[in-house]
Amino acid sequence: MCLAIPGKIIGRIDTEQVKVLIGGIKKTVRIDLLPDAEIGDYILVHAGYAITRINEKEANEVIRAWEEIDS
Amino acid sequence: MKYLDEYRNKELCQQLIQQIKKYPKLDVNLMEVCGTHTVSIFRSGLKELLPENVHLISGPGCPVCVTPVSAIDHMIALARMDETMIATFGDMVNVPGSSSSLKQERAKGADIRVIYSPFQALELSQAFPQKKIILIGIGFETTIPLLASVVLAADRKSLQNFYLFSLAKVMPPILKAILQTGEIKIDGFLCPGHVSAIIGTRPYQFIPMHHHIPCVVAGFEPVDILLAILHLMKQIDKQKPIVENQYRRAVKEEGNTIARKKMEEVFTPVNACWRGLGIVVGSGLDLRSEFSAMNARNFKVEIEKSQENPQCRCGEVLRGVITPLHCPLFRKVCTPENPIGACMVSSEGTCAAYYKYGIES
Repeated sequence: MCLAIPGKIIGRIDTEQVKVLIGGIKKTVRIDLLPDAEIGDYILVHAGYAITRINEKEANEVIRAWEEIDS
Repeated sequence: MKYLDEYRNKELCQQLIQQIKKYPKLDVNLMEVCGTHTVSIFRSGLKELLPENVHLISGPGCPVCVTPVSAIDHMIALARMDETMIATFGDMVNVPGSSSSLKQERAKGADIRVIYSPFQALELSQAFPQKKIILIGIGFETTIPLLASVVLAADRKSLQNFYLFSLAKVMPPILKAILQTGEIKIDGFLCPGHVSAIIGTRPYQFIPMHHHIPCVVAGFEPVDILLAILHLMKQIDKQKPIVENQYRRAVKEEGNTIARKKMEEVFTPVNACWRGLGIVVGSGLDLRSEFSAMNARNFKVEIEKSQENPQCRCGEVLRGVITPLHCPLFRKVCTPENPIGACMVSSEGTCAAYYKYGIES
């Protein structure tokens, strides 16, 4: 139920909806909960809504995991 | 897919497991609260790869599973009203009530539509103005802002035929309730990543503070889950429990403030009944009085007296007290084709996961 899938915003439809590329498929996603979402952003999509922006510049768990193993 | 593949890196997973194995003396029970975690753990085979001293216990994190029979019976009563259409996520259709299910009601002629997004209920309201459209509002904090958003949109559009039957539930009170029952020893919580994307990390603070149990907010890919388990082991080893965020790429400390605001604008806390746990104070959300015209609970319907199958042990499975293998119905009578309890219906249910992935121990 709490499944959310990462996708990239590739276009804006109107103030409430954007086009998102999810694994090669274009989907319409509502941005009521993330109104400042912009083209190029990676977001998590849950049941047709963007719930959060993915921010790997600030946090990248893969890099952190490798660092932890190497330390 | 970007943001998925790199979090499934086999070599990295193996290295993380080696790190987790550095704590052989710690015999720990770690509860993954979220059903999406449960499924991810089974699908990726992590349970078999972890050392024997690390036990993963599934918690009450599947919203379909924790919906009590009485709520299913209420939905069925609503579905039987004239000129009514029920809009619901697919899993709910198959959950058995006392003597029927939404699926059976549909076979008898009730109008029950499976939707992917709550927003579709609004589209149905506009497409069928002569019908009452009742959205079954099920979910935790990940989904509740979506429901709030739909209610606000229905209000803005002054839709007269849109209703919500709220079964929304919130996580922190149920975690508290599980800790208070003290039925099982829990040494660490794998906190739900997408619930946390909304509520942030602060609502878990009471767990290390009052119960001295570490919490790690985790993502859903194998690397995320193993990294979270490793950090729980480190915290347990050091005996310094805190709330850690190991899903920082998606979860901010304050969560999604816009989503939280919408939730608060539309919903108010109520006591909610959970399958297997009974009434938990303040663990549910219902519509605020401003939106009572949209509240499907205000329909006067006759609800049958609820009865659960006395042999079904979903309740204990949901509390983490037993695994599905201890239930006499599991795999014999209760199967995904003929589910007796809700935990076998939902794809995120613990019983369904044990069944699908053939877990034997």
